[in-house]
Amino acid sequence: MRRGGSSVLVPAALVAGSVLALTPLVWMVSASLMRPGEASEFPPPFWPSRPTLGNYVELFTRLSLGRALANSLLIASATTLGVLLLNSMAGYAFAKLRFGGRERLFRILVAALVIPAPVAMLPLFLMLRSVGLVNTYLGAILPGTAGILGIFLIRQFARSIPDDVLDAARLEGAGELRIYWTIVLPLLRPVLATLAIITFLATWNDFVWPLVVLTDESRYTLPVALASLVAEHVPDTELMMAGSVLTVLPVLLLFLLLQKQYIQGITLGGVKE
Amino acid sequence: MFLAPGLTAILVLFLVPIAAALLLSLTDFDIYALGDTANVRFVGLRNYARLLADPLLWKAMRNTALFLFVGGPLTIGVALAAALLLQSRAARLRGLFRTIFFAPYVTTLVAVAVVFRYLYHPRFGLIDHALGRLGVPPIDWLGDPRWAMPAIILLAVWKNFGYATILLVAGLQAIPESLYEAARLEGAGWWQLFRRITIPLLSPTLLFLGVLTTIGYFQFFAEPYVMTGGGGPLNATLSVGLLMYKAGFRWWSMGYAAAVAFVLFVVVLGLTAIQFRLQSRSGA
Repeated sequence: MRRGGSSVLVPAALVAGSVLALTPLVWMVSASLMRPGEASEFPPPFWPSRPTLGNYVELFTRLSLGRALANSLLIASATTLGVLLLNSMAGYAFAKLRFGGRERLFRILVAALVIPAPVAMLPLFLMLRSVGLVNTYLGAILPGTAGILGIFLIRQFARSIPDDVLDAARLEGAGELRIYWTIVLPLLRPVLATLAIITFLATWNDFVWPLVVLTDESRYTLPVALASLVAEHVPDTELMMAGSVLTVLPVLLLFLLLQKQYIQGITLGGVKE
Repeated sequence: MFLAPGLTAILVLFLVPIAAALLLSLTDFDIYALGDTANVRFVGLRNYARLLADPLLWKAMRNTALFLFVGGPLTIGVALAAALLLQSRAARLRGLFRTIFFAPYVTTLVAVAVVFRYLYHPRFGLIDHALGRLGVPPIDWLGDPRWAMPAIILLAVWKNFGYATILLVAGLQAIPESLYEAARLEGAGWWQLFRRITIPLLSPTLLFLGVLTTIGYFQFFAEPYVMTGGGGPLNATLSVGLLMYKAGFRWWSMGYAAAVAFVLFVVVLGLTAIQFRLQSRSGA
């Protein structure tokens, strides 16, 4: 769309932008491989003189971040499964099942998307506390399953399922649950993959809620564990970078693997009806 | 039947707590009430009166507004530049660059806040080191009240511009090339094409990004929590979200914290409404 003369400038600007985007991440990995204290030499080195995995060993032995890694995996996976199930059912219902007030109810939900989530945080904490779910995995998982965005995504996609297919199954006497399980879910597979990766990344990266609801160190997720470690280990740059790599790497890899589905979901969510 | 589980979850875990937050903000719920709810008293609007007289709230509001009104446009501006570059005819390897720009967005905020905390170090940080090569004296980014917010804003721009870029690229791709060709035939220059075609036709995407950025940026929390030890120096990075967290979960003044939450809610709602109004008035 821009006119000529920029055949050198445009690629140069793109490369410069990429360098700025990647440098913090590259340095994070590089510093995580340095000897203790090496990053605090002057002038600060960018690459380790002799790369070592010692910091990672220490993370898993002395600081037991392996536990936090397992917690993060558990909480993010369970939340994702919950969201997939609840949102696919509701999204399918909004797209294909007829009932009174359907459109109005859906519009209320979409309007609720603009409510900032932290507003719900204090009462949610008190509610979960009264039923004994504070400082439990379930307490960390449940609020994440109350997703609205996923219902929206699934509904958009489920509208393309032909009614004939569903009606034919009904004529053959299939129950609604069976239709949903054996016909609808398989057809929804692409959008379910999209929703799964979006939910997993969001839950993995979430900080405020696990910080509030998990009080026992052995239940901390990686971001919470990392934030509390940094407060104690300020001068240990290399160790903290290893902790950051451990936190970021799983989601970065997942994104690179499922990039297409993820970006599709993001642009789909951004397009209004 | 299919709706019941999902809607129940939304109702119980989201909408009811929102309503409960309003009630909570009208009480003096504190650490004693946490022990025995018989200690809760209805105090009307007293929390709000106290809050509006609290200099901490105004400090947090100023910082949050700075984050939103400087960080937001900066993020979208950088993203627009990146999107135009990616869509330019001279661009090669578009997919690769798009992935690179997007990578910071998927990273964990807490982890990259930790990384930037070290990058901003006045003596060993690479940012001051690079600036030093250019002859700029070292800046104590996170220790100087004047520089702490700019430092946090830069992190936010770095982390989030890739997301806006993706949406803007999709928006640009939806603009028919024939419009540009027709305008060029009439002798329009690059700037005119940009102002008269690109921007108006992108305005739905820009509105969406504006609303999303408003909601997201107004809640910023983890950056000061991790980078400046919870809002320092001298509360220069205290955000509304952080104030709510501290009031609720450090001082256990949950009634007061709920009032903070509602102030946040009302401001976000107001700002969102203004953006929709502006959009419909511009007629796009």
